[in-house]
Amino acid sequence: MKHILSALVQNKPGVLAHVAGMFAARAFNIDSLAVGRTDDPSLSRMTIVVIGDDRVVEQVRKQLAKIVTVVKVQDFAGMDVVARDLMLISVACPPEKRPEILALVEMFQGKVVDIGSKFVMVEVAGPENKIEAFIEACRPYGIKNLVRTGTVAMARQPRTAVVESEEGK
Amino acid sequence: MTANTTEKTAVQTKPGSQIIVDTLLEHGVEVLFGYLGGVVLPLFDKLYDSPIRVVIPRHEQGGCHMADAYARSTGKVGVVIATSGPGATNLTTGLATAMMDSVPLVALTGQVRTELIGNDAFQEADTTGITRPITKHNVIVKNPNELAQTIREAFFIASTGRPGPVLIDIPVDMQIAQVPVTPPQPIELPGYRIRERGHARQITAAAEAINSSQRPVLYVGGGVISGNASEPLRKLAKKANIPVTMTLMGLGAFDQNDPLSLNMLGMHGAAYANFAVQNCDLLVCVGARFDDRVTGKLKAFAPHARVIHIDLDPSSISKNVPADIPVVGNARHVLTEMLELVEYKERKEWFDQIAEWKKRHPLRYDQNAKTIKPQYVIEELWKQTQGQAIITTGVGQHQMWTAQFYRFNRPRQFITSGGLGTMGFGLPAAIGAQIANPDTLVIDIDGDSSFNMTLTELSTAVMYELPVKVCLINNGYMGMVRQWQELFYGKRYSCSSLKSPDFARLAEAFGAVGLRAEKKEDVPAVIKAMLAEKRPCVADFRVDPEENVWPMVPAGKSLHEMDGLDIFEMA
Ligand SMILES: Cc1cc2nc3c(=O)[nH]c(=O)nc-3n(C[C@H](O)[C@H](O)[C@H](O)COP(=O)(O)OP(=O)(O)OC[C@H]3O[C@@H](n4cnc5c(N)ncnc54)[C@H](O)[C@@H]3O)c2cc1C
Ligand SMILES: Cc1ncc(C[n+]2csc(CCOP(=O)(O)OP(=O)(O)O)c2C)c(N)n1
Ligand SMILES: [Mg+2]
Repeated sequence: MKHILSALVQNKPGVLAHVAGMFAARAFNIDSLAVGRTDDPSLSRMTIVVIGDDRVVEQVRKQLAKIVTVVKVQDFAGMDVVARDLMLISVACPPEKRPEILALVEMFQGKVVDIGSKFVMVEVAGPENKIEAFIEACRPYGIKNLVRTGTVAMARQPRTAVVESEEGK
Repeated sequence: MTANTTEKTAVQTKPGSQIIVDTLLEHGVEVLFGYLGGVVLPLFDKLYDSPIRVVIPRHEQGGCHMADAYARSTGKVGVVIATSGPGATNLTTGLATAMMDSVPLVALTGQVRTELIGNDAFQEADTTGITRPITKHNVIVKNPNELAQTIREAFFIASTGRPGPVLIDIPVDMQIAQVPVTPPQPIELPGYRIRERGHARQITAAAEAINSSQRPVLYVGGGVISGNASEPLRKLAKKANIPVTMTLMGLGAFDQNDPLSLNMLGMHGAAYANFAVQNCDLLVCVGARFDDRVTGKLKAFAPHARVIHIDLDPSSISKNVPADIPVVGNARHVLTEMLELVEYKERKEWFDQIAEWKKRHPLRYDQNAKTIKPQYVIEELWKQTQGQAIITTGVGQHQMWTAQFYRFNRPRQFITSGGLGTMGFGLPAAIGAQIANPDTLVIDIDGDSSFNMTLTELSTAVMYELPVKVCLINNGYMGMVRQWQELFYGKRYSCSSLKSPDFARLAEAFGAVGLRAEKKEDVPAVIKAMLAEKRPCVADFRVDPEENVWPMVPAGKSLHEMDGLDIFEMA
């Protein structure tokens, strides 16, 4: 099962190596990893998607928390979370296919960020299954290049849950 | 830095190397183990004038083991210094050994100048990269103003919580830089939290489980020793009337001469300890980590037991065996609080059963053999030292026989590499322990192959006039490996014997004393002569080459499926 772990880490050299090294040394599988700054310049946020049963993931969480430069770890399992990936995808697109592909982009609320005579580059953000679906939809046209970030996620506050309830469709 | 230099008039400055020495002194460091090299010259120059005693090993691995045993035998933090590149890589075995057995160390390594890092400079190695998985924490200092505070943090991290080695990599320019002297800052490590006190509700639940159990066993490990929890453990075992078994790392946590002692459990543990674990209804684990040498086949381990697990490190709990009642906390505090809540229970049936197991399956060997049985040497050594010596070992059969036949009565008395199983640990460890305990008898019970790995440290023992003893269980084999080849590879002894030097003569060449026993009758006298010796002494006991360690739980079997229980009935 997939778990999203969110770790607040000190913004110091070597922290990523400590975390990545621990995963490798203990044979835990990272599905994706996203690192970025936070509003506090001394801290970064790592969002780590791991695959494993609950016991394995519990051990991952404890081992992460044990790293001296890791300040706090949260497992989002069982919580209402907003999880997003970002993708840039370049799709083969001869002029005659443009209307079709642009309609597809529209449907997925994507954005065309570059266009040429033979391709179109599209930016899509959203939950992982939406990204996957867009990739599948593009496949028949020919994917030239694709790059994705790892998942970033945040737990929803109970009271805002209603406001954004259309998310994740 | 710029901010500080503007106030130069007000602030005193010192070279980084002096700051390092001052900070070591601030932490009460009296002895350290260090080996020179280009990028630690500034540091050694300041050590020259300091009151710190510097012990020079013959190899950095030896120095690291010495610092390790210094720490294990005292509870203080051990300190080791090495130069960059090969000096640092030579430390790795020692660091990994300390990491696996949770030993508090601070290792300082020199590094090439900051501006050269990453350039494949002379004697450059990515020391923090190499040592990351074998240290509790490591850092490279790139701002000389952070030197003192980084060392303070290192001592704090090494010695608190679950102890472990911390390495600080210090580029040579950091040692040369002039650094403003500032008062110590409070230690701020937002990612480092320790739960010392157990949760009151969990402690109560644990005590209730103990009070209602019919067949409890205390299974205690290295955490009781490093946590200085032997006294509350003894009181708890007595008050609640519970038998105690120890891991290899836990030996000495509970007096093995006490009738409640079940001695060691596990692969080469006592049969009665393993039977007790397999039949208990409550397993009270204190500061032990359910290592695979202890549990045998996990699924069949302690099948009837509820499990209480008291451990300082949350990641030890439910890692291998799920705990029914986890208690995260320092064994010393938790046991002290539990003591108030437990009640005496007679448990006659349980103790009768245990007595019967003890009677039927004692630890034994062939006392009538004509050859020198290794167990006999160790038993005789135990008798002649009144069981009081500090004992270190190499790794192999001799280590297991020591665990079985030397009865330890106090914590920090038995110093062995359990987790990593590092051959060559014995002699440098004995040296470190002897330096820390100048008035105590320190004996390395070693194997011939293990001793071969680090015997160069004999010259360290001679140089510092340390009365360490090496009691060599010389079977001419990598005995533990040979035993496995005998049992599982059809007696094909592939590459498991070495041609050793004449150890007694070699010892003499080092300036130590060499003794030898080739006949059984000679053993008591040779031990006596060894113990009377004030100089370092190697006594070479030519033991039965093909003796095996029994009992033995073969890999993959469960704990009660021991081989070798009927070895004498068969003979
Ligand atoms: C050849 C060979 C054979 C071996 N055979 C056996 C065998 O038959 N039986 C055996 O037992 N071992 C054997 N070992 C040793 C084995 O490999 C392990 O090293 C050992 O079992 C681990 O001991 P431990 O569980 O006490 O853990 P340690 O490694 O000592 O770990 C200590 C535990 O206590 C915790 N802790 C630390 N401080 C505290 C505190 N203050 N309060 C609470 N908890 C704390 C730590 O978090 C950790 O979980 C063998 C080793 C070798 C080399
Ligand atoms: C550094 C290292 N290399 C290899 C091993 C594997 N090993 C474990 S026991 C052993 C043999 C030890 O022989 P000896 O020191 O003579 O002890 P004995 O078993 O004969 O008592 C070996 C090779 C090890 N534990 N450590
Ligand atoms: Mg041998």
